[in-house]
Amino acid sequence: MIRNIALLVSAVSLATAAHAQDDPPEVVGGSVRSSQTIAVPAMPATQGASEALGRQIAEVIASDLRSTGAFTPLGPNGIGGYSVAQAGAPAYGEWRNAGAGALVAGYVEARPDGRITVACLLHDVTAGRQLATQGFTVAAADWRRAAHKCADTVYARLTGEGAYLDTRIVYVAETGPKTNRVKRIALMDSDGTNLRYLTTGRANVTTPRFSPNGSQLVYTGMLARKPRVFVIDVASGAERLLVPGGAITFAPRFSPNGRQIVFSWAQGGNTDIFVVGANGGVPTRLTSAPGTDTSPSFSPDGRRIVFESERSGTQQLYVMGADGSGQRRISFGGGRSASPVWSPKGNLIAFTRIGGGGFRIGVMDPSGGGERLLTNAWQDEGPSWAPNGQFVLFHRTAQGSGNATLHAVPIAGGAPRRMPTPQGGSDPSWSPLKT
Amino acid sequence: MHKSLTLGVAALALTITACGRKEPPAIDVPPTDQPAGDASGVAPGDVELTELPAMQADLVAKAGSDTVYFGTDEFALDEPSKATLAAQAKWMLANPKVRASIEGHADERGTREYNIALGERRANAARDFLLTQGVPAARLLVTSWGKERPVATGSDESAWAQNRRAVTVVVR
Repeated sequence: MIRNIALLVSAVSLATAAHAQDDPPEVVGGSVRSSQTIAVPAMPATQGASEALGRQIAEVIASDLRSTGAFTPLGPNGIGGYSVAQAGAPAYGEWRNAGAGALVAGYVEARPDGRITVACLLHDVTAGRQLATQGFTVAAADWRRAAHKCADTVYARLTGEGAYLDTRIVYVAETGPKTNRVKRIALMDSDGTNLRYLTTGRANVTTPRFSPNGSQLVYTGMLARKPRVFVIDVASGAERLLVPGGAITFAPRFSPNGRQIVFSWAQGGNTDIFVVGANGGVPTRLTSAPGTDTSPSFSPDGRRIVFESERSGTQQLYVMGADGSGQRRISFGGGRSASPVWSPKGNLIAFTRIGGGGFRIGVMDPSGGGERLLTNAWQDEGPSWAPNGQFVLFHRTAQGSGNATLHAVPIAGGAPRRMPTPQGGSDPSWSPLKT
Repeated sequence: MHKSLTLGVAALALTITACGRKEPPAIDVPPTDQPAGDASGVAPGDVELTELPAMQADLVAKAGSDTVYFGTDEFALDEPSKATLAAQAKWMLANPKVRASIEGHADERGTREYNIALGERRANAARDFLLTQGVPAARLLVTSWGKERPVATGSDESAWAQNRRAVTVVVR
């Protein structure tokens, strides 16, 4: 019987399955709520898959769910397991007695082609019903991705928010003394694993940011002792200068369709915002005010750009059309406001508030209302959105040492969570959801 | 029981590499023309500069300093800075074979990108003064390190004052 179950699992294409997901995400009433206890026992293995792998996958799912702040996972350590057959028909009463409101079950199946399939079944334990069922077939070495996908399924189904765990984070890894930091572009999975470095050989690198499909980054690196915008291919590491000819260019970001890059260009003591094709070409000027205009970020529909300008005398946030039209100030709170980033949902702008001798991360709506500050430390800056718009990633610099670390704060409120990096880290950027 | 499980499970093909290859070509593909960095077609402003430590030491000895300082969030030159730059200009005119990269810096109390812009304003102010002293524009380059290269490590007014600066770096 168990064997039959395993054999009947059919693999379908990712696109098909995405559409085939029957139940639309919704917040389940009653037992399934935020911060509820969710059992994540070790997954059983079948067709020769390793039992240890089933436990490791459950560990990653539990760790992912804990990191969301919405769940208190139970297990896989310290709680019992179940059989493959029970993955689809759990003993709900026993899990209720264990204190769980929900259960993540499933199994790991070894396939003849060497890959594995991870079945992922979410149960509402209190109501005694199955809420979601997904299967993920991956190369055996990529088992962590299947675990992230399963955790994303659970998170999205129970919170009603978009998935965001099967993603990467790019940031600047920092080592060495404050006066001569060694900075490298680092890439890691959203849980801090699979860290690798993109070698650029440049004296300094800052602000790496993903292209909309995640295949490329724009960053600012030094060439001929000047800040310059480069586009780098994540897979190959091949890079090119965006605007040749010695121009001081920085603060780059892709447009939502990936066809353009907006950036700042400093010349003659004045910094303005320009846009250019992602493959290069002649930049088009978008701002011309005296003083510094920088940190541009497109709205998700590509029709507007938020940026900071000191045309009023201090750094404040402005919104303009993507062609530079209709520039108007939106930030009127106390202090200065800088480095705005439009949320992927379009409803909020994250920014850095400068005041009281420090930097804090805040959000406001695109008309400037509803401002809220989310953090409180000496220097928190460089916000970047999770692809579901529920978390803002930023770096926190320590007073004195200047050592920087990465943190993510939920926009719903709550304490920032430290993102694990082996060295110092700054200028983080969250990737889109992997495809 | 078992039947419901088999019916419910739909497995996704999620091989990362296979998915990557199946994707249509990204719209943000690299350009087909010559990438920068190749020997051919590199603009003059994109060629790496060489520092000249002995010449730098001579500039400091003759002009008194290679650095001028600024107030918080300011880029105006005060009288001591102008005197230093005037001495640097004399040295530049006496050493016509070298160029100078005028490099602006900011203290750590500004945001990263704003500070790059602020550093450029400081370097540009120093360059403009050197021009008034007769140094040819072709020999003066302007750049900014923002807050990336402090010389004083503290988080106090003394350290910040030392870090708000423009440095004249002798280059070839």
